[in-house]
Amino acid sequence: MSSTTMITDTVTVFSRELRPVLRDPFSVVFSMIQPLVFLGLFAPLLPDVEGGSALQWFVPGIVVMSCLFSTAFTGSNLLFEIQTGAHERMLVTPLRRPALIVGRALKEIVPMIVQTAIIVLVCVPFGFDLHVLGVLLGVAILAVMAVGLGALSYTLALASKDTEWLFWTVQQTVLFPVLLLAGILLPVDDGPGWLRALSAANPLTYVVDAERALFNGEFPASTVLSAVVAAVVVAVLGLAVGTRAMRRSS
Amino acid sequence: MNATMIQTTGLTRHFTVKKDVVEAVRGLDLHVAEGELVALLGPNGAGKSTTLRMLTTLIPPTSGTASVAGYDVIAQQRDVRRVIGYIGQGNGAAHAQRGRDELVSQGRAYGLTGRDAKARADELVASLDLAAVADRPVSSLSGGQKRRLDIAMGLIHAPQLLFLDEPSTGLDPQNRANLQEHILKLRAEHGTTIVLTTHYLDEADAMAERVIVIDHGTVIADDTPARLKAEHAGDLITLGFGSASDAGAAAARLSSLSGATVSAGGATVEVRVAGGPRLVPGILRDLDAAGIAVESTAVNRPTLDDVFLNLTGRSLREGVVTPSSEEIAA
Repeated sequence: MSSTTMITDTVTVFSRELRPVLRDPFSVVFSMIQPLVFLGLFAPLLPDVEGGSALQWFVPGIVVMSCLFSTAFTGSNLLFEIQTGAHERMLVTPLRRPALIVGRALKEIVPMIVQTAIIVLVCVPFGFDLHVLGVLLGVAILAVMAVGLGALSYTLALASKDTEWLFWTVQQTVLFPVLLLAGILLPVDDGPGWLRALSAANPLTYVVDAERALFNGEFPASTVLSAVVAAVVVAVLGLAVGTRAMRRSS
Repeated sequence: MNATMIQTTGLTRHFTVKKDVVEAVRGLDLHVAEGELVALLGPNGAGKSTTLRMLTTLIPPTSGTASVAGYDVIAQQRDVRRVIGYIGQGNGAAHAQRGRDELVSQGRAYGLTGRDAKARADELVASLDLAAVADRPVSSLSGGQKRRLDIAMGLIHAPQLLFLDEPSTGLDPQNRANLQEHILKLRAEHGTTIVLTTHYLDEADAMAERVIVIDHGTVIADDTPARLKAEHAGDLITLGFGSASDAGAAAARLSSLSGATVSAGGATVEVRVAGGPRLVPGILRDLDAAGIAVESTAVNRPTLDDVFLNLTGRSLREGVVTPSSEEIAA
């Protein structure tokens, strides 16, 4: 029996998490129903912006929303494994505790990429202008964000071990304010001062701003840098609290 | 004498439930040698699972020490985890996964190479009769199939020590027998040390050479099932008579029997005494000589429930909360 390392442990956890997705790729599409509904029923209501379709402004937001929804939801898988006993079985293996959270959180990147590709490809025929390089950089930033949001969702699941309602209550309570304050559905620029202050405190705001520029083929350095910082802060925070929660998990 | 596999000293675990401190395990001293098959027997809430959860590094002890396979459960957690197998009360395989995938992941978690993990998974799928269901989502498996998959997962790294927490709860009698057979086979083939918890008396009786009776977080008895029964409960002789007056007269005569507890109810007399089968002929001759006609006799060997009743004044069955299928079927 060979010895394991933090990296092999992380790969083991990552592969295990990814396997049901690979076995049943449609599950990724199911989690996109909400963003696609917004895209189909909300986007047509938006007035065209100067120089192109409203999709150019709306699609990056929907990409972030799709990522936010699926990562926020992902903790429920762990919660179910806590309830059935699968998580306990993992805890008794020699898998390192940080790997249990890092491997799971890293897996969030994969459905995010698939979802982004679907959304972008669906929108191109409707007048969305595809800027490949910008989209790729946007996806890279979103990947870091997805790891952080996923880790936070898993942390919430670990904290909700004995009280399932806690997970859903907190998740729903936090999800929609974060979504609205990031200016995903409507711009917050014209909102009252308190709302703009809250929006400025929301890391997702910076990511959405950068995605809009990048998906439009623009690379404004300070906007992109702010988004990178915001994503890294969320990822570091998520993995730190997640690792702490995993070490205490029983 | 075999090497020590488990050694605990003053192992204690408290839980705080709404400001009340619950002493789940109180100063447990336990010694299990390599190769033993030990059953921890006790009612729900006795501290069996908490003990197991400390020994498997899932929760730290409040005080006291425990070493498993020579490793300390607090200071050397990963070493402990490497050498033990654990089959908990829940299902080890996640419902969204497929059985064979979970077996391979489990193997990888213990450091097997991908190829070795796959080979080992195939081996266990075959030996635990899972071939037909191993590639289906776990959620679609029956209770018995899920339990067999749990066993397979616990064995993926051929552990030298296997913990099973209530392994047969919720299984029907056939699946229980099947599971017990697998566990005994494992032991016969690999000499695995096995520690299981159960509140099924017949299970402890049938499988374990050593039964540790736990109540309120402490060991109240520790011996072979045969010796526990011989020491803590006698045989039960039941005599049936034609009338209550005959029964009364018989009870009066039998009360002179040394070491016996006699109770009469209606036309029946029950005698609790050691060595029952050998005493019955003498009893029958004696009653016959006194002109009391015995209409029926029965001798029941003591059960571990009798032992528990004798030790605690309570029946173990009262502690069984879950109305499981085997009790309905029994």
